[in-house]
Amino acid sequence: MTSSPTGITYCKCLCVVICSLPTLLIPPAMRAALLIQRWYRQYVARLEMRRRCTWNIFQSIEYAGEQDQIKLYNFFGYLMDHFTPASSERNLISHIFRENNICHNVDWERYFCYKSIEVPELYSGPHLSFPITCSNAAELVEAFKNKQQLHSRYVLQLLGETWRLLRILPNISQISTCHNKEITICGDLHGHLEDLLLVFYKNGLPSSEKPYVFNGDFVDRGKDSLEILLILFSFLLVYPNDVHLNRGNHEDHIVNLRYGFTKEVLGKYRYVSALRPPKRKRQNRSGMTDSDLEDDDPTAKSVDSSRRRVHSLTHSSSTGTRHEVQRRSLQGLNNRVTCSVEEELKERRRQAGLSQSYGDLRNSLTNSDSDPDPDSGELLESYGDEWKQIVDMLWSDPMPQDGCVPNEVRGGGCYWGPDVTEEVLRRHNLTLLIRSHECKQEGYEFCHNRRVLTIFSASNYYEVGSNRGAYIRMGPDLVPHFIQYQANRATRALTLRQSVGRTERSALRALREKLFAHKSDLISSFQEYDPENTGLISLGHWAGAMEAVLRLGLPWRVLRSQLVGDTLDGMLDYHLWFRELAITEPNTELSNASLLETMYKHHSNLETIFRIIDTDNSGLISFEEFRQTWKLLSSHLQTEISDEAISDLAVSIDFNKDGSIDINEFMEAFRLVGGDLLQNEGDPH
Amino acid sequence: MAEDKESAEAIVSEVHKKIRAAFDVFDHEFNKTVDVREIGTIIRSLGCFPNEGELHDAIAEIEEEEPTGYIRFEKFLPTMTKVLMERKFRPIPEDLMLQAFEVLDKQKKGHLELEELTKYMTQEGEPFTQEEMEEMLSAAMDPDKNLIFYKDFVSMMTVDDPR
Repeated sequence: MTSSPTGITYCKCLCVVICSLPTLLIPPAMRAALLIQRWYRQYVARLEMRRRCTWNIFQSIEYAGEQDQIKLYNFFGYLMDHFTPASSERNLISHIFRENNICHNVDWERYFCYKSIEVPELYSGPHLSFPITCSNAAELVEAFKNKQQLHSRYVLQLLGETWRLLRILPNISQISTCHNKEITICGDLHGHLEDLLLVFYKNGLPSSEKPYVFNGDFVDRGKDSLEILLILFSFLLVYPNDVHLNRGNHEDHIVNLRYGFTKEVLGKYRYVSALRPPKRKRQNRSGMTDSDLEDDDPTAKSVDSSRRRVHSLTHSSSTGTRHEVQRRSLQGLNNRVTCSVEEELKERRRQAGLSQSYGDLRNSLTNSDSDPDPDSGELLESYGDEWKQIVDMLWSDPMPQDGCVPNEVRGGGCYWGPDVTEEVLRRHNLTLLIRSHECKQEGYEFCHNRRVLTIFSASNYYEVGSNRGAYIRMGPDLVPHFIQYQANRATRALTLRQSVGRTERSALRALREKLFAHKSDLISSFQEYDPENTGLISLGHWAGAMEAVLRLGLPWRVLRSQLVGDTLDGMLDYHLWFRELAITEPNTELSNASLLETMYKHHSNLETIFRIIDTDNSGLISFEEFRQTWKLLSSHLQTEISDEAISDLAVSIDFNKDGSIDINEFMEAFRLVGGDLLQNEGDPH
Repeated sequence: MAEDKESAEAIVSEVHKKIRAAFDVFDHEFNKTVDVREIGTIIRSLGCFPNEGELHDAIAEIEEEEPTGYIRFEKFLPTMTKVLMERKFRPIPEDLMLQAFEVLDKQKKGHLELEELTKYMTQEGEPFTQEEMEEMLSAAMDPDKNLIFYKDFVSMMTVDDPR
C-alpha cells in the first residue's frame, strides 16, 4: 500500500498550504484527520513489510527443502561410492534400488489388472464405463466436489487407459486457437482441488470447444492430489486432442515420496485387497502408484513446466521420442540379466538427474568394462544428456541478470537471464514463454521484458491468504488474459491484517522448527560473540549469527521484532530466548539430545528414505531396515550414532509393539510440540 | 572519549544494517535499487511516521536528477540514516490518537458512523484513496452495526505494534 503518484501531487499542494499556516489556524477536524491518516498509513506499511518477509520465509524454506531433496540424491551417490559388495548394507541398498526401478516396458500392463476387483453394492460413488464419456468425467468432478471417493477398480482402470494413451502421445503438442476456441492455461495445482473446481466453475469444463493446458505440478503438498489427477486423466481420455498435460518437477517418483503424494495415496487406498503376492510384510495396496505413471507422461518429456507457445507450426527435430530411446537402451540392458549393484545405482543416479555428476557419468560410461553391449554405451550417454535436459526444464527459474548459472537454491536446473530468453524465442520463432514452477502473489507475473510469463494456479499456497491463483485465456491474438481467484470463502472475508497475521504465524512456526533443528549450531555461534560467557549478545550479532548458521537469506533485522521479545539495553539473553520460543523437544522419551537434533534436521530426508525402503507401500518398515538406514545415514553425515542409541530409538517408536515401525507414527512423533502459540494451528497442507 | 566514538560508530553501523535489511526486502532484482513507490513502505517500516507531504519531500531528496522510477541505495542510505539518528517523523502516542478520533466524534457518542469517518478520511487532510478507505473500514468497522468503535480500534492497532 503505497501512495499513488497523483495522491502525492495533490497532497503536496495541500500540505504546502497547511504547513505554511500556524498550527492554530488549521481547523481541528483537519488536524485530527491528518493525524489519523498518518498513523494508519504507517500501520499499513508495516503490514506490507511483514507480508513480504513472510513470503520470503516461506520461499526460502521451500527452496531449502528442495536443496535437501537434491542432497538426498547425493546420499544415494554416497551409497554407491562407499559400499563394497561385501558390506552387509549392500542387501538393503540393492533392495532399495531394484524394487524402485520404474518399468517402462509392456510388463506394466499387468499392474493395471482391475478385473478381479469387485465393486460392492454398497458403493455409492461414481461408476465409470470405458471408453470414458464426457458425462463420466463431469460426474467424477461432481463426486469429488461432494467428497466421494472413486472405487479402486475404477482408479486402476482409469490409470491403465491413461497409461496406454500417454505412451503413444508425442513429446511436444501443437495447438491452435481461433475465435470460438480460446485456450485456457493453468499452472501449478499442487493437490488443491478447490482451486481446480473454482477454475472449472468460472471457466467451464474442458471440451473440444474449450481446450485446456495444465502446466505441471498437479500433485504434492495439497491434500487432494489424487482427485486432481483422476479428473485430469479422465478429461485427457475424453478429449485427447484438446486437453494437454505437461510435466512439472513434482511429476517424479522420488519427489512424491517426500512431498506428500505417496502418503496421500497410501492414506486413501490403504485397505484395498492385495493383487500382488504378499511379501515379507502385510500387503495392503493394489497395483502401481500413480507417481510411477506420471514419470511416463510423454507430453512431459520435452515440453515441461516451461511450456512454449507455438506461434507457427514447427516440427521438432529431436532424434526420436523418449520411448524410442528407452526401447533401444532397454534392449541393450536386457543383455545384462544379472545386474550388479553398482550398475543399478548408476542407473538410479541417472534417473535422479544429478546434473553435477554428468562429468563423471560420462567418464564412467566410457570406462565401463562390465558393459557387454558395445552399443548401449553411446545410447546411455545420450540418455544421460536427455535427463540433464529434463532436469533443466523442470527445475529452472528465470533471473533478472543476463547469463545462465546453476540453480544452487533449488539444487537442480539453472537460472536463466533475459538474453537467453531472447535467443531461444528468436531461434524458434516464438513470441512468449509461459511457464510455472514458482508461486506468485498475484497468481501470475511477467519478467524478461514481458517475454516470460509465470502462471500459478494454486491459491493460498503457503497458507490461507498468502496468494491468489490465476489462469490464462488466450485467443488467436495470443494476448494472455488473466483471471485471478482465491479459493476458500474465508479468505475473502479476512482483512489485510488478519490474512497477514495468519500467514505470518504459519511462516514463523516453520521458521521456529528450523531454529530448533539448528539449536546447537546457533548456540555455538552466539557464544562466539560472547567470549566472557555472559549469556548476552547484541541484536546485531544475533542477526549475523542467524544468517551464518541458517543461510536462508532472510532479513533478520526486519524479522527481529517478530522473533525476539524483550531485550536488556539492546542485548539478548539467548538461552532465555530459546526457552521463550516455546520450542519443546519432540514427543519422545529420548535422552540423546544430539540424536534428536540430527533427527529433526533430517526428518524430511528420513521420511523419504523410509518410504523408498517401504517398497510394498505398506507404510511399515522392519526394525532391521530402520537400523540399517540409520547407520548409512549417520556415516554419510559423519555423526556418531551407536547401535544402542538406534535400538533405543526404535523401541521407543514402536508404538504397536509388533516389531515394525509405522512411518506415519514415526513422523508424528517428531512433529514439534510447541507452546500455546503453536498449537491448534492445523497443518495447511 | 575513544570509547564513546567507538560506540557511536557501532550505533551508526547498526543503523546502516537495519536500513539495508529493510531496503533489501524490496530489492527484487538484487541490484541495490527499489521501485520509488515502495520507499514509503520502507521508511515507515523502519518506525517512522511521516505524512504524505514529508514523504514526498524525502523522495525528492533521494531521487535522481532525472527521475527513473527507481531509488538507489547509495542515495537512500545517508538520507535515511539522518532521519533515524535525528528521530524525525516520530511515532504518535496512543492517547493522542484517541483524542484525534474524539475530535471527529462531535456528539461524543463514543463511536463514529460509517459515513462520518469516510467523509473525513476521504475529504480532509491528505485524503485516503478508495482502497485505503475500504481497508480501514474492514479493520475498524463493526459489520453488523456499521459503526466504528474507535477506542477499541486504537487499542487493537497499538497491540499489533511489536515495538
